[in-house]
Amino acid sequence: MELLNHLALGFSTALSLQNLAYALLGCVLGTLIGVLPGLGPLATIAMLLPITYTLPPVAALIMLAGIYYGAQYGGSTTAILVNLPGESSSVVTTLDGYQMARKGRAGVALATAGLGSFFAGSVATLILAAFATPLSELAFKFGPAEYFSLMVLGLIGAVVLASGSLVKAVAMIVLGLLIGLIGTDVNSGVARFSFDVPELTDGINITGLAMGLFGFAEIIVNLEQRESRETFTDRVTNLFPTREDFRRMIPAVLRGTALGSALGVLPGGGASLSSFAAYSLEKKTSQHPHEFGKGAIEGVAGPESANNAAAQTSFIPLLTLGIPSNAVMALMVGAMTIHNIQPGPQVMTSNPSLFWGLIASMWIGNLTLVILNLPLIGIWVKLLKVPYRFLYPAILTFCCIGVYSVNNTVFDVFVAAACGMIGYVFMKLRCEPAPLLLGFVLGPMMEENFRRTLLLSRGDFHVFIERPLSLGLLVAAAALVAVVALPAVKAKREEAFQDE
Amino acid sequence: MAVPFTVSNPAGAIMRIRKQTDFFSGLMFITVGLGFSLVARGYTMGTAARMGPGYFPFWLGIVLALLGAVVAIGAMSPKGESDRLARWDLRTVLWVLGSVVLFGLVLKPLGMVLSVILLVLIASMASHEFTWRGALLNAAVLVVISLVAFVYGINLQMPVWPAFLSA
Repeated sequence: MELLNHLALGFSTALSLQNLAYALLGCVLGTLIGVLPGLGPLATIAMLLPITYTLPPVAALIMLAGIYYGAQYGGSTTAILVNLPGESSSVVTTLDGYQMARKGRAGVALATAGLGSFFAGSVATLILAAFATPLSELAFKFGPAEYFSLMVLGLIGAVVLASGSLVKAVAMIVLGLLIGLIGTDVNSGVARFSFDVPELTDGINITGLAMGLFGFAEIIVNLEQRESRETFTDRVTNLFPTREDFRRMIPAVLRGTALGSALGVLPGGGASLSSFAAYSLEKKTSQHPHEFGKGAIEGVAGPESANNAAAQTSFIPLLTLGIPSNAVMALMVGAMTIHNIQPGPQVMTSNPSLFWGLIASMWIGNLTLVILNLPLIGIWVKLLKVPYRFLYPAILTFCCIGVYSVNNTVFDVFVAAACGMIGYVFMKLRCEPAPLLLGFVLGPMMEENFRRTLLLSRGDFHVFIERPLSLGLLVAAAALVAVVALPAVKAKREEAFQDE
Repeated sequence: MAVPFTVSNPAGAIMRIRKQTDFFSGLMFITVGLGFSLVARGYTMGTAARMGPGYFPFWLGIVLALLGAVVAIGAMSPKGESDRLARWDLRTVLWVLGSVVLFGLVLKPLGMVLSVILLVLIASMASHEFTWRGALLNAAVLVVISLVAFVYGINLQMPVWPAFLSA
């Protein structure tokens, strides 16, 4: 009953005319930018963040949730029509989605992705609402030692389950933590690593960092690759799946939803792992395994549902524990902080209408995508026809104006340019930049909890392993690393990420 | 870079760097880590019980340098795949990021309209399909969109016209 009351409060907040309008606007803008080839959800959200800064907090978060889902959906659209995954979670969608498009079934693939995502999103919203209260209560039992260990687990989890070299990813996290420490130290008031640049005493702006690392760097890399891609933009006609499609799609959607919801809650789980897992599950259980890779509808339905469910449930650690589990959630933390909301268990009690309103608006965002975006697909598809030479200057323009407007300072524009250069170097060195962003957000929080723990224990490091909860979290983190280091798992993991 | 990179170890033997991306990533992590640690030493270190502002970043920098060493050494392991650094397209980098820096420099004195025009024109040069006509047209369209959406739409505060005109 309590759950229903909470949800009712949420919907009454989210369904106010103003908030509904922002949810819609967020969805449309998110799709609009997300559908642009080569721009993943991360870059999209970074670009659109500044727009939300002028809004009241509830409206801003609701709009952000809309942007998030729009960006994800836009990413699937590009994956299906252009065979260009915006981010790793839609890599799997390109396998069968693009093949469906080549067979003239692009519309059906898009509808499958949309409907599957909507169903998965609805289920995951309920799970999120149900888990929020008990988990927040657990979080209140956490002291600084537990928080520190939880962050270690979260960061390790984020890279263990992500792609690429583990040591490099951990190094990128540490680099992010260090960059996050730039600016004034809250305890002593000393400006660290600011080299007497006054703008740096406030720290590096997260919008500039994210835009440079993900937006600018991607533009440069896209411009380097001159190959042209075949797009299937003229053939999006028949949207509605047939009865046979539904028969094959529904079980896949159900399996994907269950898998994605479970994996999304894990620290660092989330969208990309769950879509890979869902794809291999579908392939293993299918009665027509030979069709996979040639346009099997299950290969779109399963992963798309799984990644949307995971995207939704990955809000659970953020909203209840205040710990972002992936780079997108890290951006959300950045956005919340700008509105003076410290994500964590206290949000639910101190600001219930914001908390439940956000959860309700996620469902509304999902619904909007189905009723608004599926019919509008023709418009999004037209965007894909705009040549890249017109698109990327537009992206740059919006980025520059956006990043300037966050603090009305051109310094942030220079930060973004510098981060663009750094992001380009990372791409050439094959260093994944997403863990860096996660570290960047957690840096100050981690230091604060580390300091407090040792202050309370009078400098005794054993405290981290003497407190049972903290020990458990650290053991879990160590176990994750150990499991990945096992030769058998290592081989499997490399196999899974081979397609990227 | 046609010549394969080699380094000599203390024993005098030549070790091949099989994985160039990892080797240079490792070097980058070591340099940046030690850099942070070095600067952090300039702040009060304190003790574990009463940490100064230098304590956490100092040790974090050391950890980063160690991780970098692991990555760099791993790049010389005879097992595993080898790779080479991809070609660096500095021309594209310069046009794209240069246009952004220029935008930052001229926004205050020249205003948003002229800055966007410069940004779009210069950024467009990065494309191998550059045409003046297309770039000018694009610039015009984007100025209009920026005016409508940002200046009149959500009322962002920024100089629109050159300072010497509005003064």
